[in-house]
Amino acid sequence: MNSPDRSAPSDMRDSSAVQRVSIARVVLPIAVLMAGVLVWDLVVRLNAIPPYVLPGPELVATTLVKDWPILWQSLLATLLTTLEGFVAAAVGGVALALLFNQSKWLEQALLPYAIILQVTPVIAIAPLLLIYLPQQTAVIVCAWIVAFFPVLSNTALGLNSVDRNLAGLFQLHGASRMQTLRYLKLPAALPYILGGLRIAGGLSLIGAVVAEIAAGSAGAGSGLAYRIAESGYRLNIPRMFAALLLLSVTGIVIYMCLAAVSHLLLRRWHESAFGKES
Amino acid sequence: MTETALAMSESDTRPRAEFAVSLKGVTKRYDRGVAALGPFDLDVSDGDFVSLLGPSGCGKSTALRIIAGLSAPTSGTVRVAGGGRSIGFVFQEPTLMPWASVRDNVALPLKLARRPRVDIDRHVDAVLARVGLAEFAMAYPRELSGGMRMRVSLARALVTDPDILLMDEPFAALDEITRFRLNNDLLALWHDLRKTVIFVTHSVFESVYLSRRVVVMTARPGRISAEFRIDTAEPRGEDFRTSAEYAAYCREVSAGLSRASGEGGR
Repeated sequence: MNSPDRSAPSDMRDSSAVQRVSIARVVLPIAVLMAGVLVWDLVVRLNAIPPYVLPGPELVATTLVKDWPILWQSLLATLLTTLEGFVAAAVGGVALALLFNQSKWLEQALLPYAIILQVTPVIAIAPLLLIYLPQQTAVIVCAWIVAFFPVLSNTALGLNSVDRNLAGLFQLHGASRMQTLRYLKLPAALPYILGGLRIAGGLSLIGAVVAEIAAGSAGAGSGLAYRIAESGYRLNIPRMFAALLLLSVTGIVIYMCLAAVSHLLLRRWHESAFGKES
Repeated sequence: MTETALAMSESDTRPRAEFAVSLKGVTKRYDRGVAALGPFDLDVSDGDFVSLLGPSGCGKSTALRIIAGLSAPTSGTVRVAGGGRSIGFVFQEPTLMPWASVRDNVALPLKLARRPRVDIDRHVDAVLARVGLAEFAMAYPRELSGGMRMRVSLARALVTDPDILLMDEPFAALDEITRFRLNNDLLALWHDLRKTVIFVTHSVFESVYLSRRVVVMTARPGRISAEFRIDTAEPRGEDFRTSAEYAAYCREVSAGLSRASGEGGR
C-alpha cells in the first residue's frame, strides 16, 4: 500500500466507489417510489377498485391539481400552526434547559412534569385543550407540547457534555456565569440543540395535525388535517390522498430545511458535518 | 541565579515573591475515601523549571490542579505568588474549543478578562508568532496536526503573560519527533521569558532534558520520594540530549523512580 503506483489506482477505486454510493442514495429511493406507484396503479386497475375505496395515483395527481386552491390555503394554515408550535417549542425547550442548567432545584422540581407532559398522548389532551382555549391557540399548544421535550432533553444533554478541562480553563480565568454560558456551554451544546430541533420540526407538524383532527368535528378549522377529516366524512377519498401527500411532502421539506441549517452551522468544526473519509 | 536576574526583561516590574509556589502538608482525599495525594510539600522558586515525575495515577496531575485552584486540597496550605491570578495552564489534551478558530481560542483568556479589542489583537498576534502559528490564525483546530494543536494550547496559556506556567503531561500524546521539537521550543521559551514552570510528566528523559529540578513521586498516595538537580550549561539543546552527562542524569533519575515505585507498593 506504500508504493505510489499501487495506491493511485486504489484511490481512484475509492473515489468511484464513493460516487457510486452517492448515486445509489438518490436513485434507489426513487426506483422504490416508482415501483410502489406502479404496483398501486396495477392493483387499482386490475381489481377495478372504485375511487371511493382506493383512488389510483393518476386520480390523486389530478385531484391535487384540481383542488389546489383549497389545498394550498389549508397547507398555509397548517404550516403557520406548525411554525408557531415549532418556534414555541424551540424557545421554550432551550430556555427551560438553560434554567435547569443554572439551578438544580428548579430542574428537580419541574423535570417530572415535563416528562409527564411528554408521555401523555397528545391526542388525549387535545380535546381538553380545545375546550379551555380558543381553537387556534389550542392547536399551537398541542404542537408545542409534542415538540418541546426533545429540544429540552437534547439541550440539557448538550449543556452537560462540556469538556471538563475546558470548563476548568474557564474557571481558571475567572469566567462569569454568563461568559461560561455564552462562550462555552451554548457552543458546545449547539450540535445537540440542532439535533433536538430536527426531531421537533417533524413532531410539531404531528402535533398540529392531531389538534386539527381533534378540532375537525367542531368545523372551524381550515388546515390540511381538517381537509382530510372533512373529505373522509364526504367520502372524497382522492382529496384525502392528495392532502395526505401534501402533509408528507411538508414533513420531508421541514426535515431537509433543518438538516441544511444544521449543516451550515456545524460545517466548519463538528464531526457530523464531515464525510467518512476524514 | 545571577543569570536569571539578568535575563529578566526590564519591562517586568512586578514585585516577585521568594517562592512562586509553596505547598505545605497538602493532601487530597476523594469522596470515596481514596487518598490521592500527600502529605505533599513543595517550594518552587521564582523562574525555576520543576518537573513532577511519577507513574500514572500518582497524583501529580492532582497536585497541579490544586496549585491552579481547579481542585481544593483536603488539608494543607497552598500559596501562589500573585494569588493565582497569573497562572497559565496547559492540559494533557490540547483542550481547544472546536467551534472557534485558532485566533479565537488563543484570545479566550483575554476575552474572559474583558480586555479591550485592540489589546487582545496585539497580544494574540505576538503570541501566535512566538509559537510559529501566525499563518494558521484562521484555521480551525480539526484542521491542524496534534503538534500544532498543542502549540495553540501553549499560546493560549502564554497570552496572558502569566508568571507561572503549569503543564500537565502536555506532550505525552505526541510522536517522538514532534515531542523533541516542542521540548526545544519550550526550553527556548523558558529561556527568553523566564516563567516559573511546573511540568508534570511520566518520562524520565523528558524531565531531565527540560527541568532544573526533578521531583520524583510515589504512587497512592502521591508523596515526594526523591529530588534531583540537573545542573548543566544553559541554554540546553540537542547537544545535551546526546551527551554522557544527560545519560548519567537519566540513569540516576531512573533509579530514583524505580525506588519510588518500590515504596509505592507496586
